[in-house]
Amino acid sequence: MMLLRARRAVAVSAAVVAVTLAAAACGGTTKDSNDDTAAGPASSASANPDAPIKDGLKIAFLPKQVNNPYFTVADKGGEKAVTEFKGTYKEVGPSEASASSQVQYINTLTQQGQDGICVSANDANAVVPALTQARQRGVKVVTYDSDAAVAGRDAFVNQADPEALGRTEVQLLAKQIGEKGKIAILSATPNATNQNAWIEFMKDELKKYPGMSLVKVAYGNDDDQKSFQETQGLLQAYPDLKGIISPTTVGIAAAARYLSSSPYKGKVQLTGLGTPNQMRQYVKDGTVKQFELWDPSKLGYLCAYTAAALSSGQITGKEGEKFKAGELGEYTIGKDGAILLGPPQVFDTKNIDQFNF
Amino acid sequence: MSTTVLPPKETSGPQASSFAEHSPLRRLLSWEGAITALLIFAVLVASFGVEGFADSFNLANAQLDIVEIAILSLTLTLLVVIGEIDLSIASNLGMCSALMGVLWNSGLSIETIIPITILVGALGGALNGFLVTVVGLPSLAVTIGTLALYRGMAYVLLGDKAVADFPVSYTTWPSKTIGDLPIPYPTILVVVLAIIVGIVLHATPVGRSLYAIGSNSEAARFAGIRVKRITFWLFVASGAFAGLAAIIYTLRFSSARADNANGLELTVVAAVLLGGVSIFGGRGTLPGVLVAVLLVGVLRNALILDDVSPETLMLVTGGLLIISVLAPNAVTWGRERWRLRRLAQKAASTS
Repeated sequence: MMLLRARRAVAVSAAVVAVTLAAAACGGTTKDSNDDTAAGPASSASANPDAPIKDGLKIAFLPKQVNNPYFTVADKGGEKAVTEFKGTYKEVGPSEASASSQVQYINTLTQQGQDGICVSANDANAVVPALTQARQRGVKVVTYDSDAAVAGRDAFVNQADPEALGRTEVQLLAKQIGEKGKIAILSATPNATNQNAWIEFMKDELKKYPGMSLVKVAYGNDDDQKSFQETQGLLQAYPDLKGIISPTTVGIAAAARYLSSSPYKGKVQLTGLGTPNQMRQYVKDGTVKQFELWDPSKLGYLCAYTAAALSSGQITGKEGEKFKAGELGEYTIGKDGAILLGPPQVFDTKNIDQFNF
Repeated sequence: MSTTVLPPKETSGPQASSFAEHSPLRRLLSWEGAITALLIFAVLVASFGVEGFADSFNLANAQLDIVEIAILSLTLTLLVVIGEIDLSIASNLGMCSALMGVLWNSGLSIETIIPITILVGALGGALNGFLVTVVGLPSLAVTIGTLALYRGMAYVLLGDKAVADFPVSYTTWPSKTIGDLPIPYPTILVVVLAIIVGIVLHATPVGRSLYAIGSNSEAARFAGIRVKRITFWLFVASGAFAGLAAIIYTLRFSSARADNANGLELTVVAAVLLGGVSIFGGRGTLPGVLVAVLLVGVLRNALILDDVSPETLMLVTGGLLIISVLAPNAVTWGRERWRLRRLAQKAASTS
């Protein structure tokens, strides 16, 4: 009885599949049909670089998630900028960083008639329809930290210039080891786009230091345990290693943890990209002399000024336009509306306590 | 049996009883009446107190925010009425969404992907149904298992990638409205589905048999209701609706991701319980659930528009869930007390 029924269910399902596949054969809209005609509203307005920043601009920050120390610092920077140009600042956002949770907030900010939204996109594409609606209603959209698809925003404030990050990390280490000796890189995954771009620039910069040789690029997969073991492995394989660069926050923290409790502490130098809160104890106990990262508060600061410049008509987001961002000075818009924040912030014993993220 | 102690209701006077059961006043005091009043109150307060709430742009977006919750709540209502539950719906949605991305990347047409997605959702539901009815496991345990299983499948299918290049003619469809009315297309779909499910539940013998199953599945079986068969197909329907919701979700955000709708099952369960459906089965109405879904949507929208922090929002949602479970029980308890007291009084006066 049960079996018979099951058999019938299978038959029904098979029929449905057959019909579907038949429909498939008749064609339809596929990936190759290419009806992608969507784009943001065309910016026909021309920029007036001498226009003053308008009074009372309403600028809202929408981070990936609220109550995240990194974004709290970034948005504080934005608040400082908004106060400087006498606008109204606010920060809203979801409590979890899921793909679509920001959409409701974008719609709400549009509804509230904000002049500019600074958003760090959880999903580059999921926010685009809502951002497009916002822009059609006159809201200027600037992304920071994590970009949205180009069609969804007016400009993107890029925190990490791959070239500057790659080269400065080598320079930091060169200074620490006196430009001599074997060094290794502890990266994230072998196919991590960001890290690979930085490593290419590191290799190029190393050509300027004939005394230094790169012996190995190890991969800790951005996993704390794996990065820890890879560091251990590096030092066993190359006991005369002089320095390690880890261009990933997970890697540098794990490597610092290993070094701080090993006899290599102070003898093998470690630098790379890390956050002050993760690295504070290792800087204080002497394991790490210097490391770097961009300063998130400047990132938020620049984002707010970019939104204000867009809303005031100083810029429209086209390549080559220039504007002034308060105390950070003048910026030029690059390709695809990207604006580079500038050289990274170096952290050491002297300044690390000024940062909390 | 202890229940035989109480005299059957009919003996307390047919006229009095039918008056008490069906008077408009009584209806107003029912749970459905209470939350409808709460919804009207919330809408009024939001319209006058929250700037921008009653704007057509906002109202259309507010509806889109609850489309998937509404779709999933329809079949979940039926399942909770028969005393079962399906916690895997949001994971099933995520799996179907990831599948859409994979199929789209493989070059299938969107017209083919849509029926396949609904079918796969239904298969996910069928697995739940099989484990519950044939293997005989409790649905709570089964669907907690498939909650993890289907979310895992979603990640196996798509990893942490996102597929976002769906055809624009389809991704803009959900936000299109009927003329200038603040009614987006998906709302019409929800209304049509709600009418169909509502008729099935409240106006057909099958619907009545669901209440019988929920009240006492053993008795229902002896009365000739094919309990297992109905249960199985309700799980299949629940899965198919999850597939349908996945299509709308994926197209609406133009993004197929494995973590889509993560945790949405809790909101759906909350809405169904808030709508007055008893978690123990046998009681509840579809209009009540729909009002509850609207109430959840209105509250969220108005509070966010009024810049209420996400922490407060979570408190409100959690509070509503607890109230929705507590209040009907409190009302039932109160009513029962009242009935017993009346019976006792009657017994005293007749003796």
